Amino acid sequence: MTAEISSHPERGYLENTGKRKGLMAWLTTTDHKRIGLMYLYAMMVFFLVGVVLGELMRLELFNPGQQFYGPQAYNGIFTIHGIIMIFTVVIPGLAVVYGNFVMPILIGAKDVAFPKLNLLSFYLYILGAAIAVSSQFMGSGPPDTGWTFYAPYSIQSQTNVVAAVFGAFVLGFSSILTGLNFIVTIHRLRAPGMTFFKMPLFPWSIYATAWVQVLATPIVGITLLMIIAERWFKIGFFDPSLGGDPILYQHLFWIYSHPAVYIMILPAMGVVTEIIPTFCQRRVFGYKAIAMSSLAIAGVGYFVWAHHMFTSGMSVTAQWVFSLLTFLVAVPSAIKVFNWVTTMYKGAIDIKPPFLFTLGFIFLFMIGGLTGLVQGALATNIHVHDTSFVVAHFHYIIFGGVGFAFFAGLHYWYPKMFGRMYNDTLAYVAFGFLFIGFNLLYFPQFIIGMMGMPRRYFDYLPQFTLGHQLSTIGGGILFIGLIVMLVNLFSRKGAKAASNPWGGRTFEWTIPSPPPVENFDIMPEMGKDDEPYDYE
Amino acid sequence: MLSETTHVTPYRTYMVVLITLLVLTSLTITVTWIDLSAFTVLSALLIASFKAGIVMKYFMHLKFESSLFKILVIMVLSIYILVIILLFFDYLFR
Amino acid sequence: MIMSRDMEHRDDIGSRLGMWVFIFTELLLFGGLFLVYAVMRSKYSFEFHQAALHLNTFIGALNTVVLLISSATVAISITAVQKGNNKLAVRFLLITLICAGIFLINKYFEWGHKIRIGLYPGSDLMLTLNHGSVMFFSLYFFMTGLHMLHLIIGAVLLTVVTIKVQRLSINRDSYVLLENGGLYWHLVDLIWIFLFPLLYLIT
Repeated sequence: MTAEISSHPERGYLENTGKRKGLMAWLTTTDHKRIGLMYLYAMMVFFLVGVVLGELMRLELFNPGQQFYGPQAYNGIFTIHGIIMIFTVVIPGLAVVYGNFVMPILIGAKDVAFPKLNLLSFYLYILGAAIAVSSQFMGSGPPDTGWTFYAPYSIQSQTNVVAAVFGAFVLGFSSILTGLNFIVTIHRLRAPGMTFFKMPLFPWSIYATAWVQVLATPIVGITLLMIIAERWFKIGFFDPSLGGDPILYQHLFWIYSHPAVYIMILPAMGVVTEIIPTFCQRRVFGYKAIAMSSLAIAGVGYFVWAHHMFTSGMSVTAQWVFSLLTFLVAVPSAIKVFNWVTTMYKGAIDIKPPFLFTLGFIFLFMIGGLTGLVQGALATNIHVHDTSFVVAHFHYIIFGGVGFAFFAGLHYWYPKMFGRMYNDTLAYVAFGFLFIGFNLLYFPQFIIGMMGMPRRYFDYLPQFTLGHQLSTIGGGILFIGLIVMLVNLFSRKGAKAASNPWGGRTFEWTIPSPPPVENFDIMPEMGKDDEPYDYE
Repeated sequence: MLSETTHVTPYRTYMVVLITLLVLTSLTITVTWIDLSAFTVLSALLIASFKAGIVMKYFMHLKFESSLFKILVIMVLSIYILVIILLFFDYLFR
Repeated sequence: MIMSRDMEHRDDIGSRLGMWVFIFTELLLFGGLFLVYAVMRSKYSFEFHQAALHLNTFIGALNTVVLLISSATVAISITAVQKGNNKLAVRFLLITLICAGIFLINKYFEWGHKIRIGLYPGSDLMLTLNHGSVMFFSLYFFMTGLHMLHLIIGAVLLTVVTIKVQRLSINRDSYVLLENGGLYWHLVDLIWIFLFPLLYLIT
């Protein structure tokens, strides 16, 4: 599995060739690498806004009682924090950044199947985010419903629910088109000789993710339109006084929003599966198991949604059916963790920053996953539902899992994307602050949650104070880590990167850093005996 | 790469399918005049599903596409049906 | 080291695959509404029977027939292009578009009538009706409204396609745009095949 490396302009795809110059060359690009970078920059901005909103919450929660602002403002802050983080950061997430930038290269393609559609996806993303954020600044005030927009409150609230909900709808459309693009790309543009089972595992994870994007998102799309129709036309699907059922909203919402978490985590797991073989210099243990478990997670993940609704008032039968299915979906994730660890066993381990973040991912994801089981069991669910325990659980999975995998991928593919290395020491320092800060921020929330601290509460009883204060301090340490990491990555003063700084074996390491516009001078092929991870 | 549907469906096939669809439509209307309670819905849905099937098979050329397309259609329909079944674990047992 | 030719840019199968995937998303979009229908119908089956009496089965059946014919005509136009007969293809595409127009005119009369007598979501009359009837009419307007929107989108797509067939930029060597436009149109037909019995034939 090799391809010829020839001399190229140093800046590759970053150089402006073609008709347009400067900013316009980027805004009208159909190059998957540029689109991936534009998503990255936009997402970083949204992520930082979301972080600031989170820190604002932590500051207010430092002591009981009002510190800086009142309960209405607090409700607005956690709502927009959720909307931004979920819909503009982690759902697009690793799929739009690495799925766009790296996936086509990994399968030996020049670009995605529909490059212009790809650009449209990006613009819909920006438009949707703008509409959602506009909800903060228009007439009747920022939405205070939580990012979950539960009926009946989302129907009755006098705040700007429609703008936020419509923004989410447009973002969903962007996600659908990206998923569509990736499905066709993976089916049609693999290199000659690259069967599905010779494809690297990151494209496998993108493939599974894309199906979830395509099949789950429309359901929330129509549900969000129903919210608008209820508010504007009183159609009443969720209004008991007109014959509707509020629990029906929850069903429809979570039929998407649970699979959505697999949209978040599957690409993250895929990235991790690329990084581990490189830094252990070993082929992946259980390639087929990892590929199939991606599909299994996507598949079974469709059928567990009502574990968000155990206390909502639905039937007992539904409760235990969904609890059973929830325990089932944990199995393929566990298979992956087993395979990752086994890949590392007796490998030539080199703890470079990408690998360190990956180890962080595995540790934090495990905690998140295990605490998910606590919630999947009916009896314990009742105790922790709507408490800080849940908040800690999903932050461990989403931030500790998806977030750390994102950072891992960034440190892994940064040389390829920008043609430069970063400072390893700063990366390790950043990791240290991030890891310690993260655990100090969220672990106390498990404890106070179990003690009874409700989520989405602006105020609390005195016995939770210590937990909140530790958490807020953790948030500060985490923030420092983020700054250090971003300064390191933005400085661009590092040494020039070689094609293959890490000793990887997949296609992206056979082309220059940064890659030329159409990726390969000579399109690669896979021979009969070639494998995606052919280490010794 | 030229268009791969080198298969050309004869005009006649389309006419036959259309007439079948029209017959099935009148069948649906007739059936629903008979009150079989739950079975009325079921039979209307079954006929509709059959109509949908021949629209997909002939008008949408599913019969002449690679098996990948057929597998995907079945996969999507199965997921949807399973979602309905799971949803009714709540509504039927309240 | 294996040398390999650059792949040609055109991929008709990939193009059709993309349209099928898009059709799946549309099916699931309506699927969400069918879920609401299923829940409400199981809850209010008697009231649904009663409320459906207000719908005009004849117009519904006529619309069904019109859409089925339009599906056949767009499929026929593909065969015509494959045989190099663009003129015939344009004629059949125009019939398709006329059928779309007939459907819309019927819908205009149906909706217009109901709105005139005050039978629409949020109206004073609606708020006095029983719960099952309210749910039925909300579903009726939402589902047929969303369907109508997709019909209009499909008709616009087919208009563009018809112009291209007329201009010969869609021809026997390159007609995947026509196939994809046809696929989208068949989706509009498929949805109506289910809407018709579920809304009009439950009396």
